[in-house]
Amino acid sequence: MTTEKIADRQIEFDEDGFLANREDWTEELAQELAYMEDVGQLTDKHWKVIRFMQAEYDEKGDAPSIRKLNKESGVSTKELYQLFPKGPAKKAAKIAGLPKPKGCI
Amino acid sequence: MKQLLILGAGTAGTMMLNKLSRALDPKDWQLTIIDKDPNHIYQPGLLFIPFGMYSVDDIIKPKSDFFPGKAKVIFSEMKVIKPVKQQVELENGDILHYDFLILATGSEIRPDEIEGMTEDLWRKSIFDFYTIEGAVALQNYLDKWEGGKMVINIAEMPIKCPVAPLEFTFLADDYFRKKGIREKVEISFVTPLDAAFTKPIAARELGGFLKNRGVKVVTDFNIGRVDNEEKKIVSWDEREVDFDLLVTIPTNMGNDVIKRSGMGDELNFVPTDKHTLQSKEWPNIFVIGDATDLPSSKAGSVAHFESEILFENLMAAINGEELSASFDGHANCFIESGDGKGLLIDFNYDTEPLPGKFPIPKVGPFSLLKETRMNHLGKLGFKWVYWNLLLKGKDLPMESSMSMAGKVFPEEIPA
Repeated sequence: MTTEKIADRQIEFDEDGFLANREDWTEELAQELAYMEDVGQLTDKHWKVIRFMQAEYDEKGDAPSIRKLNKESGVSTKELYQLFPKGPAKKAAKIAGLPKPKGCI
Repeated sequence: MKQLLILGAGTAGTMMLNKLSRALDPKDWQLTIIDKDPNHIYQPGLLFIPFGMYSVDDIIKPKSDFFPGKAKVIFSEMKVIKPVKQQVELENGDILHYDFLILATGSEIRPDEIEGMTEDLWRKSIFDFYTIEGAVALQNYLDKWEGGKMVINIAEMPIKCPVAPLEFTFLADDYFRKKGIREKVEISFVTPLDAAFTKPIAARELGGFLKNRGVKVVTDFNIGRVDNEEKKIVSWDEREVDFDLLVTIPTNMGNDVIKRSGMGDELNFVPTDKHTLQSKEWPNIFVIGDATDLPSSKAGSVAHFESEILFENLMAAINGEELSASFDGHANCFIESGDGKGLLIDFNYDTEPLPGKFPIPKVGPFSLLKETRMNHLGKLGFKWVYWNLLLKGKDLPMESSMSMAGKVFPEEIPA
């Protein structure tokens, strides 16, 4: 567990570096996290993915896989990698304020 | 006469058929099992075929050897399941009604899901070892291979038997060493995960094994396509890994009948209650083994532990009682590490693989998360247990719920 000061707020992160408390999440914080993750300025396309991830998480209890995003969010895998370079499933979950997606074993 | 239908006669379906045929009165219940393939494959044995340690004859037997006399057996493709009507339609148009349905339709590799995978190089320089055809083709190739770049790539999770790609890598290292060509082979292990395995303590241990064997590990690699001309795999974020020999663990998906019936998720796995094993949508449908969307391993040991829970809950449902048995995600896997040694891991939804002794605390004879000869012998001996006890639904000296007895937390657990 670590705490970081972001935009004058103390924000807690879990052991995976994901937001510890979903209540801390705001759209402004998402933008700050996006800068920290080298995603840059969030566009409508980014927001579409973030909203989809949050809705999926609320319904299913886990963030969706890239395959599911590709199939159901209307954003292709190729685009997902352009929007969230190097691991869209993890990065988008982080920016959306969700815990690290569980890799099934 | 009430109808209980089992779709799929692999490990899970066959175990359930045997358990239920002993418990249900044949005067009241007709038990029927449906599968397209008359042969049963001992899937853990596929791993040994590429290295000539097992032959095809060692791992195939007729399914009929394992069915109880009272059951009705139909060998056919399934066209569609109609849960609202409680019916299953077969390929020839025959319709079967059910009161209760068990889905044991498994998972299969889908190399066609990856761009370029099944083109020019398929089964020439690109092989899988999850099918008889793939494992045999790979054996023939390795037999003549003189070395080069070998890449082992997991396409995406989840996969059947998540330790198999590691075992394959350890066995390949040993095989090339004994053949005297290890220095001519560059082995890379390319995975979409952020480490050799998903669970931290085991990942550290197994990652160390790869390092000691001189295997290069490439993490966070999500394959986007295979370039057949330049012999390389390319990730979605345009990273490239060259190969002379690609051993792929392709995307795993549930049976297409699940898709045709509109009953699955994006990988055709059936949404299932992770504790009761009941379908989330249909109370008279239960799901077992690889066909589920459970966050557990897709492995025979898991199907075995599930079979005991599912049996209890199905009997409760038949008797109109509450489903009280709860599956904990228990998995138990031998991991071959090469040179006649192996490891054993035992874990569940909440507890990751830990070191210790199994099944008797401090005694064993098996050692958890540690390389020993005894573990290797256990893996080889398991083939007999599988054919003679497990498939027939007989009791094994193991609890379906994981036990913490004999397990030890290592002193330094990564935060």
